[in-house]
Amino acid sequence: MAKQSIVPFGPQHPVLPEPIHLDLVLEDEVVVKAVPSIGFVHRGLEKLVETKDYKDYVYIAERVCGICSFGHGMGYCQCLEKIMNIEIPRRAAYLRTIWVEMSRVHSHLLWLGLLADAMGFESLFMQCWRLREKILDMFDATTGGRIIFSVNCVGGVLKDMDTGMLLKIVDTVNEMEKELRPIAEAFLRDLSVGTRLHGLGILKPDQARLMGAVGPMLRASGVAYDTRLLGYAAYNDLDFEPITAAEGDSFARCEVRIHEIYQSFSLIRQAVEKIPEGPICVPVKGNPNGEHFMRIEQPRGEAIYYVKANGTKFVERFRLRTPTTNNIPPMLDMLKGCQLADVPLLILTIDPCISCTER
Amino acid sequence: MAKLAKSPWLLHYDASSCNGCDIEVLDCTTPRYDIERFGIINTGDPFQADILLITGGINNQCESVVRQLYSQMPDPKVVVAVGICACTGGVFKDCYNIKGGVDTVIPVDVYVPGCAARPQAIIDGVVKALEILEQKREAYSEKQEQKGRA
Repeated sequence: MAKQSIVPFGPQHPVLPEPIHLDLVLEDEVVVKAVPSIGFVHRGLEKLVETKDYKDYVYIAERVCGICSFGHGMGYCQCLEKIMNIEIPRRAAYLRTIWVEMSRVHSHLLWLGLLADAMGFESLFMQCWRLREKILDMFDATTGGRIIFSVNCVGGVLKDMDTGMLLKIVDTVNEMEKELRPIAEAFLRDLSVGTRLHGLGILKPDQARLMGAVGPMLRASGVAYDTRLLGYAAYNDLDFEPITAAEGDSFARCEVRIHEIYQSFSLIRQAVEKIPEGPICVPVKGNPNGEHFMRIEQPRGEAIYYVKANGTKFVERFRLRTPTTNNIPPMLDMLKGCQLADVPLLILTIDPCISCTER
Repeated sequence: MAKLAKSPWLLHYDASSCNGCDIEVLDCTTPRYDIERFGIINTGDPFQADILLITGGINNQCESVVRQLYSQMPDPKVVVAVGICACTGGVFKDCYNIKGGVDTVIPVDVYVPGCAARPQAIIDGVVKALEILEQKREAYSEKQEQKGRA
């Protein structure tokens, strides 16, 4: 047996935009074991819920993560709306769906860029991020913020879009779909990208289930599991099927995410077509009392929100289980037996969001 | 903007931010904002970096990492705190695990406010940092010269 050595990976590493530390136990160049240590971005913001007004906490919930910010705010608001028995206006539900799908497009494009960067494919990275700017421009035009836009509130949303704006969104989406095609082609057809991704980090369906993988990671292993099918916000009015791939390797994960971008485009178009007229927010009176549990499909997978309120304006407990928390155990499993040079790429394929995980 | 003697390299570290400022920092290096036109390259190596861009406040665990990164960078160096969390702790100021802004641990030269800080603001901050870097470099080389004479 070869001699074992330990290589520290992170917290500061060129491929990682966020800090996570792994101790990689190696035999020659092959990883035998990976031991994670986290906590570099832990802020403790779940505890803040006890000292902030439940309506103000929406802004904190949106700052759990900068990438899926809108979804986190939405999850928190939906929990409180269920506790307080508030029926939000349909228009608000549709607007939330549009924004959350736009967030998915932006998140997946960001990930595609980072993946290309990890492979050393610089021009593809630049192309993905250039395309992503269009979505950020639409966020800027509709809400006034590029990354964190705080348009959620308990009882609906704060900003409306007029018909011109909705049509502009459809135009942008159509344009982006056209521009995405050559980029997707590069990921799915290019020989060098294929050689790098095919057969890397295979996760079998039962193993994925057992380890608790969620989101595109689980769907890439062939399990059609998508919490959007539960029909929160406006999803029960929209027509879509979960996207899956059979292979369960890194290429399948890339493929699933690319097809999900197209799916989000279609969902945005459908939502714009069906959006009803009406108010965007209902007035909220009184304080919440009770508890509720909510599941939402974030770009990285299923996120679980739990809120327990006690009748005062301060919520007693807010708990959030993020998708990356679930995807780390299967990632550690995948790392076993891979080459040291593949480690950064494999870590990226789960689309880690450390600030979500550690909050 | 001061005339630059050499291309400054940039190191980015996420102390404990929400990710929002990080993606904006990365965004600065992509075609729309293109910080590379100032000769800047985003490097992952603290030993070759001149500018340290830090996002997010300081917590117990990342404190030593930030100190280490700063000490590993060669003199002269500048630190840019990106985002309101890095400046003061921001919305997370009251969290039990946040000690405050980056300046509680290392000296900060430029503060870029915003939540999340916009790319334009980040570029502005970096350009200000370049001027400070140039001043520091002059002061540093003078000091070295005096040392050599003595």
